[in-house]
Amino acid sequence: MIHGMVDRPLTFTMEDLKRLPSITRVHFMECAGNRSSPKAKTVQESHGMTSCAEWTGVPLSLLLKECGLKGGASWFVAEGAEEVKGASSMPIAKAMDDCFVAYAMNGEALRPQQGFPLRLMAPGFEGIFHTKYLRRIKVVDRYYMNYNDYGHLREDPKTTALSYQIGPKSVITFPSGGQQLPGRGFYEISGLAWSGGGAIKKVEVSTDGGKRWNTAEIKGTAHRMAHTRFGYQWQWDGQETELLSRCTDEVGQVQPSRAQVAKFWNKPLDPSFSVPGLDNTIQPWRIASDGSVHNGNA
Amino acid sequence: MGACTMGTLRVFAFVWLLGASAFAQSPPIYGIGRTPSAEEIRAWDISIGPTGEELPPGRGTAKEGAKIYTQKGCGGCHGRGGIGGSAPVLKAKAGPDVDVWQRGRILPVRSPYATTVWDYINRAMPLDAEGTLTADEVYALTAYLLYINAVIPEDEVLDARSLPKVKMPIGDRFADLPEWKPRTPRLKGYPY
Repeated sequence: MIHGMVDRPLTFTMEDLKRLPSITRVHFMECAGNRSSPKAKTVQESHGMTSCAEWTGVPLSLLLKECGLKGGASWFVAEGAEEVKGASSMPIAKAMDDCFVAYAMNGEALRPQQGFPLRLMAPGFEGIFHTKYLRRIKVVDRYYMNYNDYGHLREDPKTTALSYQIGPKSVITFPSGGQQLPGRGFYEISGLAWSGGGAIKKVEVSTDGGKRWNTAEIKGTAHRMAHTRFGYQWQWDGQETELLSRCTDEVGQVQPSRAQVAKFWNKPLDPSFSVPGLDNTIQPWRIASDGSVHNGNA
Repeated sequence: MGACTMGTLRVFAFVWLLGASAFAQSPPIYGIGRTPSAEEIRAWDISIGPTGEELPPGRGTAKEGAKIYTQKGCGGCHGRGGIGGSAPVLKAKAGPDVDVWQRGRILPVRSPYATTVWDYINRAMPLDAEGTLTADEVYALTAYLLYINAVIPEDEVLDARSLPKVKMPIGDRFADLPEWKPRTPRLKGYPY
């Protein structure tokens, strides 16, 4: 059901939605809590709360136009049908830009864990906004302060600005924490990059702890708000070193190091420093001379 | 005569165009979907906004809420008096003299509107029996949680009129949400 500040409230059955023009997009999803910590031993522990899939559904802008937005409509509340009926407020500008109601994932109906029969896609926003079991959209004229909303309030507008949309982020998945290099010689370093701001434009890799940055190869098509695989060819000389990756997205945002972020906030850089807002900082992997790989933040 | 007719026509055409663009609704394109009745919308609409305009009739006080808190077993997860359970804490340890941002992320004190507390309990509590509380029970539980956090006095009656008027400790001391625009950096100059 779509109601609130619209000319014509409408309810759609799943059959109705499947009659309407559809779009298919590749998008990542990431939990706001996906932040690396000194305790993380592997890339699964440091960056595991994200995924990427191909989603099919109907643009929310199409449905809202079908209902006719009233003047003054500036936010919408999306609500799920699960027990707690989880709900979030989002800007109407996001709805009109790229949100869609997805009924398929990777070419099959959504699975129950993914919000069957329908979930809201809010590409590039924190995972929690991708409302599962979507039952209702209410168009309103203010941030509605329902359920999840109060948890997004912050004291500092800078921290608020660093929430909602995921920043440019990348991580090397090979070699990464807990893995073992058999010896010196050639390796293709491999990893993933993504950003809530759009497509990944550039990925750089450093094999000397950040002294020199080298352009990595982007593999395949860099979709907007999607995991993008990169590779970099590396000759390991057998010496202890640190591997890093950083990415730049289509709007020019660059993934920062923890040191840069600490400096921005005027805070000392120690292992307890927690990045304000969403954490998209560079992940260092330390290669020991025996080829074992460790979390560089530990 | 002819000029006069043309002029009238022109004025008429102008008014008609203005009407079409400024006053008429944009027509539906696909004509798919069903119009829900006002009754259906009321039944589905559990979003209680800051003005409280969606609040149903009913009333409750902290004293009644304390009883319901015990009867419904709320303390089983949230602890007796809102402290010491496995579920989120409902009473800030620090009292009203401490800045609300230092009292922790505790729902009954952190939201700028008491309507959020009502909305949350109504849609999401109690665990495994969500949606079973009556409006009176939700008003009473809201009053109880606000009372134990020293937001309202014990005898204050909460209803659709008084709830949105409750002054929450945070006041307006929270950051505005950024105006989101597509293809725009999150925060200019971050982190350099």
